[in-house]
Amino acid sequence: MTRLAAAFAALLFWAAAGAATPEDRLSGVFEAIEANQLDTAMKRVDALIAEYPNFRLAYLVRGDLLLARAQPLQTFGNVVKTVPQERLEGLREEALARLRAQRHRPAEDRLPRYVLQLSGSQKHAIVVDSRRSRLYVYANDQGKPRLVADYYVTLGKNGIEKTREGDQKTPVGVYHVTANLPRNKLTDFYGAGAYPINYPNEWDRRQGRNGHGIWLHGVPAEVYSRAPRASDGCIVLANPDLQAVARQLQIGVTPVIIADEIEWTDAASLDAERASLAAELEQWRADWQSRDTERYLAHYSREFSGPGQDYAAWAAHKRKVNSAKSWIKVGLGNVTMLRYPSERDVVVVSFEQDYRSNGLSNVMKKRQYWAKEAGRWKILYEGPA
Amino acid sequence: MQSSNAPRDALRWALPLLFAFALGLSAPARADDVQDAQQLLKSGQREQALERVNRALAANARDPQARFLKGLIFTEQGKQQEAIEIFTKLTQDYPNLPEPYNNLAVIYASQGHYEKARGALEQSIRTHPSYATAYENLGDVYAKLASQAYGKALQLDASNTGAQNKLALVRDLVREPIAKSAPTAAPATAPKDSPVASAPQAPPAATPPPAADPTAEVLKTVNGWAQAWSQQDADAYLGYYAKDFKTPGGEARPDWENGRRTRITAPKSIQVAVDSPKVTMRGPERASVSFRQTYRSDKLKSQSRKTLELVKADGRWLIEEEKAGK
Repeated sequence: MTRLAAAFAALLFWAAAGAATPEDRLSGVFEAIEANQLDTAMKRVDALIAEYPNFRLAYLVRGDLLLARAQPLQTFGNVVKTVPQERLEGLREEALARLRAQRHRPAEDRLPRYVLQLSGSQKHAIVVDSRRSRLYVYANDQGKPRLVADYYVTLGKNGIEKTREGDQKTPVGVYHVTANLPRNKLTDFYGAGAYPINYPNEWDRRQGRNGHGIWLHGVPAEVYSRAPRASDGCIVLANPDLQAVARQLQIGVTPVIIADEIEWTDAASLDAERASLAAELEQWRADWQSRDTERYLAHYSREFSGPGQDYAAWAAHKRKVNSAKSWIKVGLGNVTMLRYPSERDVVVVSFEQDYRSNGLSNVMKKRQYWAKEAGRWKILYEGPA
Repeated sequence: MQSSNAPRDALRWALPLLFAFALGLSAPARADDVQDAQQLLKSGQREQALERVNRALAANARDPQARFLKGLIFTEQGKQQEAIEIFTKLTQDYPNLPEPYNNLAVIYASQGHYEKARGALEQSIRTHPSYATAYENLGDVYAKLASQAYGKALQLDASNTGAQNKLALVRDLVREPIAKSAPTAAPATAPKDSPVASAPQAPPAATPPPAADPTAEVLKTVNGWAQAWSQQDADAYLGYYAKDFKTPGGEARPDWENGRRTRITAPKSIQVAVDSPKVTMRGPERASVSFRQTYRSDKLKSQSRKTLELVKADGRWLIEEEKAGK
């Protein structure tokens, strides 16, 4: 019997019993195994299966608990070698991912470095950690992120950093959900629903990345969840989890940030970064309003590109337009600042721009990509959002 | 698959003789009839056996030995429902007897009702915590339940394996109902001879068999060895051999291991059955097991006599030498 505990050793961890989610209850099973209370473990896994008969991982644990009574176990998921190893490995990895996530929850004072600022209209932000196979939901607490829930997710078969159509990878970057595809418009494969994201975004296109159809979606009825690396690039959640996340999603508004491994920071550092960039943004606004075009253009990188324009074309256009103005007023509202994962100092800034001048006034949603060049924030891309 | 050889995972039958004289609750009215019936059943004459048993029961309707035999005859005749009724009634009238529970379990398992079989076997062990036959059977049932759970986990079509197991069991019953249990009737299994009328033993415990019965431990090891071989699990198979195992050709251990590994993993399927094993204890930590080995792969089928010399090291029985033809 002690061999069973040993076989599970890699997966063991502390967990509170009696919690409601299947993942919490699975933790309770492992907790009992760790304590060598195998009858309790069996009872718990039986109850879990009774309630979630499509939770494949629970059957694997049950199989081990039964087999341990007949013979010593060699490994977790002690199935004969003639079965499809890929599926077995998938379940083992799912177990590890779920248990690790439970064991290593982010500390209260740790925040993802990406969510610098949320606008007043954004109620939540989604942050995905690929290595942990975990999706975190942050609430907008007066512009600052506060963790409210996290879920196990399945990502692309071939990992992350999608670059090409059909590479079965999940993109890394700053996105948002673009639509809500209801269950009745989808096959069972997508489960409880689907929410496409805007891959490839402006930054992806700039890097020459292609492909499309990256969605957040559910799972088919026959399974509770899928292996950590099993999708064609989509972010896949258990159906109850997808439904819970979906309740927080605002189409066209809620950011979805996908990282290889989330960089964590504290609120003070986040405040400092936010303040530094906010000052740059304010200076850009003031310089534009001042009609000193060279000062204004100094905010733009030589590598700048807008929709269909390089830096030279952009500069020429701005010089021409600005020289014809006797006054300009620029107002910014609903500002969002999201740091780009896996890039060195790139921040996606979105806002509502209220532009007035003699001759032309308009209100638009705008998106800029700011990057640090020689220690100074410069605009690499600017276009309508 | 149509061979008459018992597959490795067939459940073992309880031998009616085991408690024939232990009961003392009511003297068998027609002992000669019961004994005749046993002989007749052994030689496959079921109808005649049933006749004698009915005669014995006419004289004493409660005679457990006669009722047990009748249950066995019905089972062999494929009258499972009738057999279940008899064995169930026996468990109610004589709750301290492990054998009727065991045989109930064998029938349940043959019907694919592994949870029921598990319940009956756990009950059997509850009555006699050292009942080796029930332990071996329970091990098989746990393994079967585990394989069902794994099938669900991996979304395999479990119905195939289930059906195979069922067929194997029926064949076993028909061809070799008694021989299978012979080794467990060996005198070495002392606790079974204790009077059944004694106080109910220790509380239920689904723990490994107590060390009190080395014969059962040795048998379990040999069955595990055959199972690992059948499952083509080379690591598990090699794990049954002692560090100082005498390789058959005297070759170096790694060479022998590599050879075995290839032979075990190459075929599409392997079935190894251990029939009529005979355990001889050569000391508290040494044992010989002789048996008839039936090997069947997709390429080859062979039968041979085999003797394994086992030693106990760190609480585990390990194979020290393997001899063929004895």
